[in-house]
Amino acid sequence: MPLSPDEAGRFADLLSGHAEPMVARWTELVAANLRGRLSSAELGRQTADLQRAFQQAFAAGATDLGDEAAAELRAQLTELSNHRARQGFTATETAVSVYALKDAALEALGDAANLKDYVAFSGFVDRAALFTFDSYVRVRESLIADQAEQLLELSTPVVKLWEGVVAVPLVGTLDSARAQVVMERLLQTLVDTGSPYAIIDITGVPAVDTQVAQHILKTVVAARLMGADCIISGIRPQIAQTIVALGIEFGDIATKASLADALRHVLHKTGQRSPGAKRTER
Amino acid sequence: MNEESQRLPVVTDQDVVRVRQLVRTVAVAVKLSLVDQTKLVTAASELARNTLVYGGGGEVEVTRVHNERRGGIRIVFADQGPGIVDLQLALTDGYTTGGGLGLGLSGARRLVDEFEIDTEVGKGTTITVVKWCR
Ligand SMILES: Nc1ncnc2c1ncn2[C@@H]1O[C@H](COP(=O)(O)OP(=O)(O)OP(=O)(O)O)[C@@H](O)[C@H]1O
Ligand SMILES: [Mg+2]
Repeated sequence: MPLSPDEAGRFADLLSGHAEPMVARWTELVAANLRGRLSSAELGRQTADLQRAFQQAFAAGATDLGDEAAAELRAQLTELSNHRARQGFTATETAVSVYALKDAALEALGDAANLKDYVAFSGFVDRAALFTFDSYVRVRESLIADQAEQLLELSTPVVKLWEGVVAVPLVGTLDSARAQVVMERLLQTLVDTGSPYAIIDITGVPAVDTQVAQHILKTVVAARLMGADCIISGIRPQIAQTIVALGIEFGDIATKASLADALRHVLHKTGQRSPGAKRTER
Repeated sequence: MNEESQRLPVVTDQDVVRVRQLVRTVAVAVKLSLVDQTKLVTAASELARNTLVYGGGGEVEVTRVHNERRGGIRIVFADQGPGIVDLQLALTDGYTTGGGLGLGLSGARRLVDEFEIDTEVGKGTTITVVKWCR
């Protein structure tokens, strides 16, 4: 239920008239709730900013939180939830930072408060708190998604194994999302290092089904289009037998039992000395 | 004679991973060889993904079974999807309607000891596989 323009005007006056005690009380209430996890100076700044944003929204004639006049207030609330979410505060702690304004206002106004006005004001603050809660949840969700993505990237390193040879050791389940990341990173590393050879090591993949095989085949084809040759290594006996029974064919793609075999194969092809062989010349 | 059936829904990609993990755990428990474990897990992965992708989701039931001579695992994949119109075609190596390799169904059949498909157009598909200890 939106406020009347009259009410908005009265609230603007009330908030500016009682600014200091209201901010002080509001800060105190929030501080008690957050139990010292934010410095009182920082909290004081935040509540003062918020109080001013509420006051300016009302002064500009905002009767609903969605109004153009409340745009700055919404931005402040979003900023607050952003902060709280990133600093690890709970959704309740974040919402209370806004709700506390109601108590602070009631105390600061004392007997001067008229019930009808207070209920209207309280409704507006409730909507602001809900808005904060929603944007808090959105920030948390995106934080979690970011972390999942980072984990994904962490678990798919592409390493330069030797001059002209990069390797991706695949570990665990190769679902479509990860397969995509692996492919992109491998291709990017091929570009960055100008390597003509890539080794895809599947020692850490527990089962190679048609989906995994198809992802690997696509990666090999893409690497070839970029002028690089792929070798698949780490094919353990049980995986080899399963691949054969499934009917998957790796065609003319070189496959090796171990990463070391694969590297030796590449070095042999390029006429370089294999790692571990004695160097007799520069 | 059956014991301890375990059921899992197959509604998301993550469920397919769970099916694989459950089958692996039971395969280890009934002492399948490493090669047979890998074959069964791979077959389960194929059939569960078909249940998800073509069957529109469904359920998997994993049961330890034994006859007079040996133990094994039975897995049932059930969906209420569109069913398979031409079973022989679907079981042909390389046949796919979904841009896959077309090896899941036919390959899974080669990876297990017993393989049975019960499918009806418009009603759904139930595939039962058994792998016995050697
Ligand atoms: N549960 C099912 N319900 C309906 N149709 C199915 C079902 N399972 C398989 N099919 C049909 O059979 C075809 C062959 O299945 P199969 O698993 O062999 O190949 P794919 O899934 O297309 O590719 P791949 O498994 O190699 O990645 C599918 O493309 C689909 O049309
Ligand atoms: Mg399939």
